[in-house]
Amino acid sequence: MNTHYYIIRYSLNIKKQYNNIKRGDILSEKSVTELENLILEIEHRIEDLETASPQDNAHRITEIEYLKERKERLQIKLYSQLTPYDVVKIARHPLRPLSADYINLIVEDFVELHGDRCFGDDKAIICGLGKIGQEKLLIIGQQKGKSTKERIACNFGMPNPEGYRKALQKMMLAEKFHLPIVTLIDTPGANPDIGAEERGQAHAIAENIYEMSRLKTPIINIVIGEGGSGGALGIGIGDKFSILEYAYYSVISPEGCAAILWKNSESASEAAKSLQLTAKDLLKLGIVDEIITEPIGAAHKDPKTMAHILKSHIIKYLEELKGIPIIKLVENRYNRYRMIGKYLEG
Amino acid sequence: MVFFRKKKDMPDGLWTRCDGCKGMVYRKTAEEKMFVCPECNYHFRISGKDRLRLLLDENSFEEMWGNMLPCDPLNFQDRITYPERITSEQKKTGLKEAIIAGKGQIHGKEVMIGVTDHGFIMGSMGSVVGEKISRLAEKAMELKLPLVIISGSGGGARMQEGVFSLMQMAKTSAAIARFKEAGGLYISVLTDPSLGGVMASFASLADITISEPKALIGFAGPRVIKETIKRSLPKGFQTAEFLLEHGFLDLITHRQNMKKELSRLIGYLQ
Repeated sequence: MNTHYYIIRYSLNIKKQYNNIKRGDILSEKSVTELENLILEIEHRIEDLETASPQDNAHRITEIEYLKERKERLQIKLYSQLTPYDVVKIARHPLRPLSADYINLIVEDFVELHGDRCFGDDKAIICGLGKIGQEKLLIIGQQKGKSTKERIACNFGMPNPEGYRKALQKMMLAEKFHLPIVTLIDTPGANPDIGAEERGQAHAIAENIYEMSRLKTPIINIVIGEGGSGGALGIGIGDKFSILEYAYYSVISPEGCAAILWKNSESASEAAKSLQLTAKDLLKLGIVDEIITEPIGAAHKDPKTMAHILKSHIIKYLEELKGIPIIKLVENRYNRYRMIGKYLEG
Repeated sequence: MVFFRKKKDMPDGLWTRCDGCKGMVYRKTAEEKMFVCPECNYHFRISGKDRLRLLLDENSFEEMWGNMLPCDPLNFQDRITYPERITSEQKKTGLKEAIIAGKGQIHGKEVMIGVTDHGFIMGSMGSVVGEKISRLAEKAMELKLPLVIISGSGGGARMQEGVFSLMQMAKTSAAIARFKEAGGLYISVLTDPSLGGVMASFASLADITISEPKALIGFAGPRVIKETIKRSLPKGFQTAEFLLEHGFLDLITHRQNMKKELSRLIGYLQ
């Protein structure tokens, strides 16, 4: 069989498929999936070729190389033209690594600590002690769950008041024993239901913000997926604030914003654009300190590499913060938030 | 931001309909009773200016930072632009922003006081509200005065200022923390409605939390909760009485007694 001919035919096929993907002013959820499927198809083809019999070796390697390059180009193309709403979709991608994945991949000797000593144990927030590099620390992460069963147990990453209270209780422990705190933010928002209101959701979040603003230990906040409003802020006050490349952080979900201001949920993509919620926007607005680059094709394509990058950033931040005297650190933290806001005064 | 049920301000005209008992109320009678329905004790939603007039000693209020204006850091546009929305809200309410802040006296006791007005973009917190609340706390700390903040915010954090609004929750909470750590007395007065980002920050962080009767208070708005759980909400859910029962309020006080109660509490604690 003429491999060369096959390559040309195959690449034309890819091109045709790529052009067939509907393109409006935004990439719809469907088109993102279609592009992803195309990339997946190429990946499978590469895999097939790699495991195929070693005959016609030269041609085979040419094809593999060609396909790999093609795949990379497609991925770069796909990820360079993402709209803000596409980023939101990627941040919510079902295969995106979650807090528990990062804890498994980068925290050594992890001891999970449960319970808020008051009402219960909220699985939407994981707390525990562990080591990253040489550093002992407290790690807190919002957890969405992977399987359906897990997702339900974690309430899809929407914490209850007891989750925030658990986090606070562990943070007080970290302060007492001089351990730095790393929080991984990934929530669509705090749980909006009857039980959460009965147990004081607003109060729990407010208390966390209040205490974290003055906690006498270094705190690092990293948005790894969704940074959903007050629910994110409840574990989101600290000295270093960074965000993964395809994560977002917003005062309200684009869908919620569209429902209120546009009076329909179809305008979510417009709302996402207006809200300026992507990592790039937040860096430009001076809210985050740094964007943590994701592997090509986003974190879910290569969780191990992502975890490795995240780890090196955490080690860097811990090193940076270690040198600052605690009083100065808390003072800087206060000033950091005190200065945020845009208004006119004449 | 949160949803909340639409209610009307005390409208102009001789007669008005009470949202509580649905009966017709003679406007003047209600006004004499501090905008409370004489039949059913329903507390009408009133403006920030009216609240200050009802709580403070006559001519004791000095407004501070009165020339602070919102701007449009995100060039936000929904169906109209944010500056257009601000202009129309300013025209509607006669206010520059959703908050009035300053110094005043309650039965001769000096206090720093701020009030958010639900009439201005639902009393939502943007940069101006966040900045004034923070300055109030700092000023109260400097002058060693009690701080009273009256919340009337159905909007929580203001969407049109995006992440800047969200960060006002952090800013105000941090400022309140400093003030309280320095020994300051902070009283939060909750009125109908108090929801969302305002409740999840400064309004929940007081030494004493008081509410007017039947005020709607919570984190998520009732409509959002209803949509989430797909069933109707229990009667009295998220009212001041519900919060008191669940341990999140110190007391519920009738509007006509609010001034006296505040004065008494300050007398005990300052």
